[in-house]
Amino acid sequence: MGRGGVSETAVTATLVGFARTLRSAGVDADPERVHALVAAVAELDAAQPRDVYWAGRLTLCGGPDDLARYDRAFAAYFAGVQAPPVRRVPSVQVIHPVAQSGEGRPGRDHDEPATAATASAAEVLRHRDLALLTADERETVRRLIASIDPLGDPRLSRRYRPASRGPLDTRRTVRALLRRGGEPARLEHRARRVRPRRLVLVVDVSGSMQPYADPLLRFAHAAARRRPGTEVFTVGTRLTRVSREMRARDANSALAAVSRAVPDWSGGTRLGELLKAFLDRWGQRGVARGAVVVLASDGWERGDAALLGQQMQRLHRLAHRVVWANPHRGKPGYAPMTAGMVAALPFVDDFVDGHTLQALERLSAVVSGVRADA
Amino acid sequence: MTVPSSPADLAELLDAQGYLADEGLATAAYLAIRMRRPLFCEGEAGVGKTALAGALAGVLSAPVIRLQCYEGLDAAQALYDWDFPRQLLHLRAAEAVGVTDGDRLEAELYDRRFLVARPLLQALETSPCVLLVDEVDRADDEFEAFLLEVLSDWTITVPELGTIRAADPPVVVLTSNRTREVHDALKRRCLYHWIDHPGFEREVAIIRRALPESTQALAEAVARVAGAARGEDLLKPPGVAESIDWAEAMTALGARDLDVDVAAASLGAFLKYREDQERVAGRLAEWAVAG
Repeated sequence: MGRGGVSETAVTATLVGFARTLRSAGVDADPERVHALVAAVAELDAAQPRDVYWAGRLTLCGGPDDLARYDRAFAAYFAGVQAPPVRRVPSVQVIHPVAQSGEGRPGRDHDEPATAATASAAEVLRHRDLALLTADERETVRRLIASIDPLGDPRLSRRYRPASRGPLDTRRTVRALLRRGGEPARLEHRARRVRPRRLVLVVDVSGSMQPYADPLLRFAHAAARRRPGTEVFTVGTRLTRVSREMRARDANSALAAVSRAVPDWSGGTRLGELLKAFLDRWGQRGVARGAVVVLASDGWERGDAALLGQQMQRLHRLAHRVVWANPHRGKPGYAPMTAGMVAALPFVDDFVDGHTLQALERLSAVVSGVRADA
Repeated sequence: MTVPSSPADLAELLDAQGYLADEGLATAAYLAIRMRRPLFCEGEAGVGKTALAGALAGVLSAPVIRLQCYEGLDAAQALYDWDFPRQLLHLRAAEAVGVTDGDRLEAELYDRRFLVARPLLQALETSPCVLLVDEVDRADDEFEAFLLEVLSDWTITVPELGTIRAADPPVVVLTSNRTREVHDALKRRCLYHWIDHPGFEREVAIIRRALPESTQALAEAVARVAGAARGEDLLKPPGVAESIDWAEAMTALGARDLDVDVAAASLGAFLKYREDQERVAGRLAEWAVAG
């Protein structure tokens, strides 16, 4: 019951309206949370703005990212203004039409029925540069990328499973024994379960990577779908975590969500700085610890290459393996000459291509534990 | 058991326990007690998330039951386990006196007295109590499923025995360092509070409270260096826990004010990376001065 003498229905209506404003500001204030908010305000004083502020912040927010949005929405709503939605429409779309001779208007390719590729055509396609695909080929490649199955390098988990040999499983042995009324039964054994390591993908979406960002993000989506817990980040002019967006079942809707979340398509990259931001905010806390970290970038560093080197060293100390996928590596005449790439290479365990479907399949094998040089 | 009547009242009671809570944290803890909703505390390491549970327990004069999470934590370690040796012993004893009623014997074997209560079950059976689920982000997703049942219904289901229900739900504090995003379903059942580093004055007060033998001058110097260091983009910015450790180390070395040599020698209590120590050591004298 409100102690401030304010009518309870009026309070509830105000709070529900506030939750709606908050949702449009991008905070996931679902009904269960709103219910908690109403209960919390009833415990406090609904006439006190500070009490309402804290009740809302405690019940409606779910992470530090929500707090700033909450503060803005709170200030706006209780000042009598509706907060404008924060989500923007991206200025650049993810799907990049590639002009190709003999193509009509590439933007209209979704009208045409997708043709099934024959086996040999698929084989040719596997070696085509992803930047030079026609609209039809791109459709096929997308389907093939979705079927790639990258799993982290396996490691022993701390959980056990029943096994036919190995250390004695006392629990199951005694349980079986009790079931038989105390008669010595057969001995049960156990072994450590094997779990894939966490996979962390950092995809460069800057201008120089433009043709490859779409397939690489689709690859990331395939990985994230295959195994929950996979973390995906994009780097351009800033770092964006898109793991949540990647949870969508369908690759196209996942990518559409990513393009809404990423504000910096096709800008320049300051890899060193962004890698540092990634390590400070996520990596060192645990995301990168013991994980297989894939950096998909051409290593075109606009900032300080020395900083990139330092941060790569830091990453290398935290991660189980650091894999660098560079779309330019597989092209004839490529040598890692960019300052960024030179600085980063000493701390890269596997340096792989990233420009064809076959290269992505190879990348998938590498993150699953096959060595690049094997 | 003292029941606080308002957030401000609770802040005072926590203060008496030696824990200085700001308005937000006091409101969060107050609601956690009144609504019996778990309090999910996130924040940098060393801002006093774990200490909150101890202080709350002091206020409520209730014991703290702590569950430290780690990867692979399972039901047998968090909820309950059957005491197999005792069950066997019971079986042998029954055989020795010639009990032949199999059904009765079986019912006896799966009795509450052969159940070993682990922290979550203990918390449901102890009233009042404060349940601290520490570093929940370290446990894996499988564990969150156990936690959900306990935190939403205050029940634990033992297949052989039935459902055990808490007469009076415990006050629950969950802490997380954000090494992993905890599942939304779990967060939704909790109050969420982000604990920030304290401001200068509060940090001085916290240091003095934790270390009555330290001097005001030393506490102020430590708080100033800590505040400056947090703005310095270090690998691991120091928390309040580190400030207290450092002040304690310097007090143990006999310092009454921040002496640059003593401070540099005891810097290992404050910063845990060599790179950070090097960066801070050179600027200690500059930062420690008021202004």
